[in-house]
Amino acid sequence: MDVLMLSRLQFAAATMFHFIFVPLTLGLSILIACMETAYVRTGNEVYKKMAKFWGKLFLVNFALGVVTGITLEFQFGTNWSRYSMYVGDIFGSLLAIEATAAFFLESTFIGVWHFGWDKLSPKAHAITAWLVAGASNLSAIWILIANGFMQNPVGYVLRNGRAELTDFWAVITNKYAWLEFFHVVPASLLLAGFFIVGISAWHLLRKSNTEFFRKSFNLGISVALVFALFTAAEGHIHGNNLSDTQPAKLAAMESHWETQRNAPMYLLVIPGENGNHLQALPLPGMLSFLAYNDFNAEVKGLSDFPAADRPPVVISFLSFRLMVGLGTLFILLAGFGFLVRNKIDRYPRLLKVLPFCIPLPYFALWAGWTLTEVGRQPWIVYGLMRTSDAVSPVGAGEVGFTLVLMTLLYALLGAVGIWLMVKLAKKGPEDNTPIQA
Amino acid sequence: MTTLMETGSLHYYLAMIWFILWGVLWAVYFILDGFDLGVGTLLPFLARSETDKRAILNATGPFWDGNEVWLIAAGGVTFAAFPYAYAQMFSGLYLALMLLLFTLIVRGVSFEFRSKVESAAWKKVWDTAHAVCSFLPALLLGVAFGNIFQGIPLDETGFSQAGLFGLLNPYGIAGGILFVTIFMMHGALWLCIRTTGELKARAESVATKLWPGVVVLTVLFLAYTAMSTQLFANYMVYPILFVILLLPVAGLVLMRTYLGAGKYWMAWAASGLYIGGTALFGVVGIFPAIIPSNPNPANSLTIMNSASSALTLEIMLVVAVIFVPLVIGYQSWVYKRFATAMSEDDLQY
Repeated sequence: MDVLMLSRLQFAAATMFHFIFVPLTLGLSILIACMETAYVRTGNEVYKKMAKFWGKLFLVNFALGVVTGITLEFQFGTNWSRYSMYVGDIFGSLLAIEATAAFFLESTFIGVWHFGWDKLSPKAHAITAWLVAGASNLSAIWILIANGFMQNPVGYVLRNGRAELTDFWAVITNKYAWLEFFHVVPASLLLAGFFIVGISAWHLLRKSNTEFFRKSFNLGISVALVFALFTAAEGHIHGNNLSDTQPAKLAAMESHWETQRNAPMYLLVIPGENGNHLQALPLPGMLSFLAYNDFNAEVKGLSDFPAADRPPVVISFLSFRLMVGLGTLFILLAGFGFLVRNKIDRYPRLLKVLPFCIPLPYFALWAGWTLTEVGRQPWIVYGLMRTSDAVSPVGAGEVGFTLVLMTLLYALLGAVGIWLMVKLAKKGPEDNTPIQA
Repeated sequence: MTTLMETGSLHYYLAMIWFILWGVLWAVYFILDGFDLGVGTLLPFLARSETDKRAILNATGPFWDGNEVWLIAAGGVTFAAFPYAYAQMFSGLYLALMLLLFTLIVRGVSFEFRSKVESAAWKKVWDTAHAVCSFLPALLLGVAFGNIFQGIPLDETGFSQAGLFGLLNPYGIAGGILFVTIFMMHGALWLCIRTTGELKARAESVATKLWPGVVVLTVLFLAYTAMSTQLFANYMVYPILFVILLLPVAGLVLMRTYLGAGKYWMAWAASGLYIGGTALFGVVGIFPAIIPSNPNPANSLTIMNSASSALTLEIMLVVAVIFVPLVIGYQSWVYKRFATAMSEDDLQY
């Protein structure tokens, strides 16, 4: 394999692994801050207990998220140095602002939160929880503004052989970035909801700490339902925007080949990289409607893009379907769970199923990012720089070596981290005294 | 490489300011993460019991995460203000940096993982990982900066592959040894602040014994630097700059004085002054290069040929002026609130 493919694999592995932990951090940090606030306002000890129990799981998750994030910032320099030279003027400053304005706050106060239970008043401690939650999500804004520039470059001019910043306001108000933010953060809350619901269901089935886990369950299922709906609705707007900003991605995710008005959506498609092997059961005008909210709008097909400018079709098509299919399932599942939340004991089968649903939002988020990043190919910055021109002039041997090392290390740490979280989750909140040395 | 700016233009002064801030960020990173890396390195030498280990880990527990962000910030600022230097530095030092990142990853999770399972073998694994992965970053950072001081073989396009073994030249290794020793000293002083009883006595004795070593290494390193780098060139042109060396010297003297007087906070601050002064000495020495090229200085990556646009530098400056004092403010609060001698309660978790 050449250095380009190895670097792409390495970046994919690093981001996918990082993204096991980030969404839970984003969503759960907010929910824990809510629990602590409830404790401060009501004085009810069960809320404190909740914050501590979910907080313990949060810390393991957080540690893995932070350490794997460091690799990403430096990978732009190590593996994508030509990219860094070309757009560093804009992209680099966004990463630096993220570190200065958000990551410092998050990392400083996670230590205070962790070690501050006995040193701070409940109110001050709740504030640190909000600081961590706010900073994590602020971090996401800056990272997504940076990603938004790669998806839909704005506010620059080509000068001195690189993209130079001309309009900072345009960069930070990039519609594409904000649509990503309002899709990813609600999806993270949905994931945190299912995480809490799944673990609570496991305990409710075993009748351990019933009051504690019933409260947790109700919180989790409400959050999951609200944000499942929000994410789906927002996703539709996001899709609309693609028809203007990245028509090739839109065409690839639908495997839509011929440019046409009143474009149908086929219920049965077997996609291929050079045309569909099979397409049947059309819903007339549906694709035009999804892309433009107009049944007669013209939707550009893949055949109108030069072959060298087409994203990988099969991956885009399948990841889109996985994301949407799971999204629909979440609405149904969370909706049903919400309706029966007060008599949940009468649905043991549901309680048995829910813990196994914890991984599903992760798959949906992965699929979403796969579509976002693979669908942008062959561009690293859409329409501006090709991925193949962005890679560092390093040796394939070195990249291959670090790829293997990184994969092994991440696999090991990931396995240990997840094993620890399962262990802590099963143990439940009784053991509320700190773990002795 | 083409020059991006005219000397004396607003762009030029913005870039100069960012060069200074760039140096300051790396110095602050070394001062802050320096002590927790040093503490981690000392773990196997100072801990006699499980309580000792817990105390040593908790001495840095609330701080290390915030400290490490200064590395992210220093890296981010290199990327934002001098993207060409960032691209060169990180791809040129590819293997060394990857190794640095992997060790920091293992170290980071070891804080969280070790206490979660009640098993002596489990704890031993993570303690060993913690110590090794505290020692290696200190060594690698020293090797990397030693090589930058010495100059990296850049070609006309700016790209070079220094390779891991190319970095392990005698001067690079000398830089590594110096960093490890300094950080251990800095860490030992931190333990004097945070611990009590026998452990504290041991930390104090280690600090006292390390001090002459630091002095000797510093003198040797300076002599070696004079012989094998161009770092003193700026000092020869403007001898007034030699006053910068007063900072690390004052740091060394004060460190010993305060240590002897049992004023650990002051001794730790003095070792911070020493580290910051040493970093400043290096930064002034390489000016106006960010990555000096050796043997051909014409290929160096400098302030003038690797900076971002004036607009980016300006916006970044506004961000820095607002947020850096804020960061310093809340981090100082955390240190004030949490960096006290630990009691029984602090040894939980």
